[in-house]
Amino acid sequence: MLIIGELINTSRKAVREAVETQNAEYIRQLAKAQIDAGANYLDVNCGTMIFNELEMMEWLVNTVQEAVEAPLCIDSPNPLAIEKGLSLVKHGQPLINSITAEVERYQQILPLVQKYRAKIVALCMDDTGIPETAEKRMRVVKKLYQSLTEAGIQEEDIYFDPLVTPVSTGDRAGVEVLETLALISKEYPKVHKVCGLSNVSFGLPNRKVLNQLFLVQTMTMGMDSYILDPLDRVMMGFVHGSQALLGLDPYCGNYLSVHRQGLYQS
Amino acid sequence: MSDFDSLAQIVISGDFGGAKTLTQKMIDNGVDPLEIINQGLMAGMNVVGVRFKAGDMYVPEVMMSARAMSTGIELVKPLIADKDMPSAGKVLIGTVKGDLHDIGKKLVVMMMESAGFEIIDLGVDIDPATFVKGVKEHKPQVIGMSALLTTTMLSMKDTVEALKKEGLRDTVKIIIGGAPITQGFADQIGADGYAPDAATATELCRRLIA
Repeated sequence: MLIIGELINTSRKAVREAVETQNAEYIRQLAKAQIDAGANYLDVNCGTMIFNELEMMEWLVNTVQEAVEAPLCIDSPNPLAIEKGLSLVKHGQPLINSITAEVERYQQILPLVQKYRAKIVALCMDDTGIPETAEKRMRVVKKLYQSLTEAGIQEEDIYFDPLVTPVSTGDRAGVEVLETLALISKEYPKVHKVCGLSNVSFGLPNRKVLNQLFLVQTMTMGMDSYILDPLDRVMMGFVHGSQALLGLDPYCGNYLSVHRQGLYQS
Repeated sequence: MSDFDSLAQIVISGDFGGAKTLTQKMIDNGVDPLEIINQGLMAGMNVVGVRFKAGDMYVPEVMMSARAMSTGIELVKPLIADKDMPSAGKVLIGTVKGDLHDIGKKLVVMMMESAGFEIIDLGVDIDPATFVKGVKEHKPQVIGMSALLTTTMLSMKDTVEALKKEGLRDTVKIIIGGAPITQGFADQIGADGYAPDAATATELCRRLIA
């Protein structure tokens, strides 16, 4: 299981303010707290700083790396910001968020994956948008799988994101994701699967409960990475518990370890 | 309860079968089709809008209500001359160039249609020239632009500039929305308004057109 801590994102008000006031201490603490809570990677996204994103990316990546030695997930719709972030990464193999099968995006991002030998989040969308069904998503998966592996990217470095859309606007939105996961696991057993969870509950009450349930459901279908808030103890409790129940945690060692650390104490 | 109140209630509860039956019954009884819309279907949808905004109704319920309303509208529409069809205004809407996200935009379209606006939905990946062409062709009172990506939101500014260049800027109000959009950004690019959600966007349109 790979947990990508999502909190260092300037679309969150506190982070935006910290970036604007160059409050390095806040960012360092947020980085450290996420790693302490079990994150393996830290997402760094300052896409909302549209007029000085590169500068802010540089400051964030440097600041985060003052606090932790974790690898980073460099996240931006802007390829220049991604390259800026990648060029500064010091620890481990970086992860790029994200490439798609959109022609322009693909051509912009692929060279960065190759140059920095990065892991890559591959979104199941192309120039026609997000496909509605699992079958149509699989066409995009196949296309991306073929072109990425032909370009020399290792299967183990590809993280397919089936793209989670709200069940409030389409009854089958959740189940299409689950079916996509099953198909990816069957056809491409070596690649990884990743997603964020919160989109699924948009427009509905009790969003936390739905997000937690969707974590369990997607894990059952083979999801092995998430972009989430690792400080959410209930969610992290479900991650570790599900792994034990799914036979992914030898002798329940990890589950018992987080239990002893007090994760399940309210 | 009057038939109008019952019809409004049926729309609120999202009962599209019931909306069809009662609308037909009212037509057969000779009720004025315009009143069926204004005092029945639209009255119900107005309540839905208020409840949604207040957090008492949720997206799937609003979708059912909208569908119930349009089931009724389809029956009465042929009985009303086009020029008499009540309209809150005409809105041209699209997701901007380079951006393929349409869930948010679809919700806005649904809420606005339900509030009686005539919507021309250009779709996704709409460049400034296509917005300009749409304004010339459809003469809307409002343009709504949506963007989910921080890289594509800048295209909103290009559309504003393109409209200025064509001398059309003062003929329309421009509203924008989407995850990365803020009121500050709207002010910066010279848009007339920003809305954080579909219900607010609908209110914003009403206010701008009034």
